[in-house]
Amino acid sequence: MVCHQGAGTGDQMKGIIHTAFERTRLRRAIWDRVMAFILTLCALLILFILLNILTHLFVQGFSSLNWDFFTQLPKPVGEKGGGMVNAIAGTFTLLGLAVCVGVPIGLGAGVYLSEYADQHFAQVVRFVADVMNGIPSIVYGIFAYIVCVLPMKSFSALSGGFALGIMMVPMITRTSEQFVRMVPSQLREAGLALGVPKWRVTVDIVIPSALAGITTGIMVALARVAGETAPLLFTAFGNHYWQRSLTQPIAALPLQVFTYAIAPFNDWHRQAWAGAIVLILMVLMINGWAQFYVMSRNRWSSGK
Amino acid sequence: MSARTLDKSMMSRQDTSDIVFRRILAVFPISILILVAGIFFQLVSSCLPSLHKFGLGFLFSRVWDPVAENFGALPFIFGTCVTSLVALLLAVPVGVGTAIYLAEYAPPKVSKAISILVDLLAAIPSVIYGLWGIFVLVPYMRTTVQPFLGKYLGFLPFFQGPNYGVSFLSASIILAIIIVPFIISVSREVILAVPSVYKESAYALGTTRWEAVYDIVLSYGRVGILGAVVLALGRAIGETMAVTMIIGNNAVITPSLFSPGYTLASVLANEFAEATTDIYLSSLIEIGLVLFLVSIIVNILARILIWSVTKGPVQVIK
Repeated sequence: MVCHQGAGTGDQMKGIIHTAFERTRLRRAIWDRVMAFILTLCALLILFILLNILTHLFVQGFSSLNWDFFTQLPKPVGEKGGGMVNAIAGTFTLLGLAVCVGVPIGLGAGVYLSEYADQHFAQVVRFVADVMNGIPSIVYGIFAYIVCVLPMKSFSALSGGFALGIMMVPMITRTSEQFVRMVPSQLREAGLALGVPKWRVTVDIVIPSALAGITTGIMVALARVAGETAPLLFTAFGNHYWQRSLTQPIAALPLQVFTYAIAPFNDWHRQAWAGAIVLILMVLMINGWAQFYVMSRNRWSSGK
Repeated sequence: MSARTLDKSMMSRQDTSDIVFRRILAVFPISILILVAGIFFQLVSSCLPSLHKFGLGFLFSRVWDPVAENFGALPFIFGTCVTSLVALLLAVPVGVGTAIYLAEYAPPKVSKAISILVDLLAAIPSVIYGLWGIFVLVPYMRTTVQPFLGKYLGFLPFFQGPNYGVSFLSASIILAIIIVPFIISVSREVILAVPSVYKESAYALGTTRWEAVYDIVLSYGRVGILGAVVLALGRAIGETMAVTMIIGNNAVITPSLFSPGYTLASVLANEFAEATTDIYLSSLIEIGLVLFLVSIIVNILARILIWSVTKGPVQVIK
C-alpha cells in the first residue's frame, strides 16, 4: 500500500512505515500488559480460594475446639459434647501400621534401584511406582478389603493400616532412591577401596549418609496418607469406642470428620470443624518437620 | 601369584555376601511390580460374578437396582466424565496462568511464597475440602452462583433445572480446586525446564514478554503442560471424599449441571460397606476395576508426556 504512493518522498514513506510500526508496537505492548494483568489475576484467584478455605478452617475450627475434644469419647446421637480422643489415637495407630508396611518395601526398593538395579529394570520400576502413585486411593481400599477384610471376616485396624501402607510404597521408593543416589560416589569408593564388601558399604555408609533425606521422604508420604479417608471407609471402618485389638474396627480422624460432616446435627458439625483443624495441623506439622529436617540435616543436596 | 590368589579369595567371599544381599534387596522392587499386578488380579477375580452376569452391558446400562440385583454403571461413568471435564475446563486456564505467572512474571520472593502456599493447598486432605464444600461452597452456590448462571445463561441446557446447591457444578468446582495445585506445580516445573537461551533469543529479537511466553515457552513446553493436565485428570477421576460429600448422590444422566449427580468413586464410598449380596459387592468391585484401569491408562499417558519433556522421571508429586 505504501509502495503505490508514487508521489511520496522517501521521508514521507519512512514516516508512514514508522507510524505503522508504532501502531503495532503499541498494540503489542497493550496486549502484553493485558496478559500480565490476566496472569496476575489467576494467581490472585488461587490465593483468594486458599485464604478463604484457611480462614473458615481456622475460625470455625479453633472456635469449636475445646478440651473435651481431646479427652472424651464421642457421645451417642442427640447428646451434646464428647470428643474424638479415640479417633486421634486411631489415626496414630493406623499411621504406625502403615509405616510398618510401607517403609521396608519402599526403602528397600529405593536402595536397590539406586545401588544395584540395571537401568532398564530401574526405569520399569520407577514407571510402575509413578503409575501406582496415581491409582485412586479408594481402589487401595477395595484391594485391602479383598485381601484383608474378607479373609478375616471383620473390618480391622490391620486392614486400614495395610491400605495406607501400600499407598506409601511408591512415594517412599521414589524419594529414598533420589536421596540415596545423591550420596557422593567418593564415599562409596573410599569404602570399597578399604576392601569393605559392597553391601556393607551400602548399609553402613550410603544409607546413614542419606538418612536425613530418606526420613523426610517417609514423613512427606506419612503426611499424605494421614488425611486419607477413602481407603479407610471399608477397612478401618470407624468405631465410637476404644478398640481393644488390632483386629477390630478402629476410629480415624478423617473418617470421623466425614461422618460428622454429613450428619444432620449441629453439634456434630462443630466437632467436624474441630476435627478438621486438628487433622490439618497434624498434616502440616509432619510436613513442616520434614522440611525442617531436610534443611538442617541434609548435607549432600545443599551443595556443600 | 600370591597377591592374585588373595585377591581372588577376597573377591569370591565378597561376591557371596553381596549376591545374597542383592537378592534379598531385589525382593522389594519386584514386590512393587507384584503389588500392582496383584491389585489388578484381585479386582478381576472378585468381580467375575458381575462380569459373567452383565458382561460389557454393565458399562452401558442405566439401571442401578440393588433390590432386583440389576446393575449398570453408565450414570456413574457419566458423572465422573462430566465432573472431571468441567473441573479441567475451570482449573487448566487458571492453573497454567498461575504457573506462567510464578515462573516468568512474579518477583522471586513472591513466586517462592505463592509456591509454598500452593503446596499447602495440595497438602489439605480431601475430606477437609469436602467439609468446606458442604458448609461454604454449597450454600454460596445455592444462593448466588447458580441463580446468577440460571438468570443469564439459563437458555443453555447446562444451566437449567433444580437448584439444590449440591450438584455436578459444585462437585466440579471442588475438584478444580483440588487439582489446580498439581497443574500449577507440574506446569511450573515444565516452564522452568525451557532453556533460557530460547527466551533470551526471543527477547533479543524485540519480542514483548507475553510473546516470548506464548511463542517460545508455551510452544516448547506444551507437551509437558499437556502431561500436567492429564495427570490432573487422573486425580479428578479418582477423587472420592470431597465429591461424595457435595455431589448429591443421585444416579442420573442429564445435561443440567445444577442437577445432583453421582460418580464412580462416590458410589463406592457410599455403598461398598453396605453391599449385602455377592452380586452387589461384585458390581461395586467392577466399578473399582473400571476406576483402576482408567487411572492407569491416564497416568501412563501423563508420565510419557512429562518424561518426554523433562528427559526422565521427575519428582512431581509433592
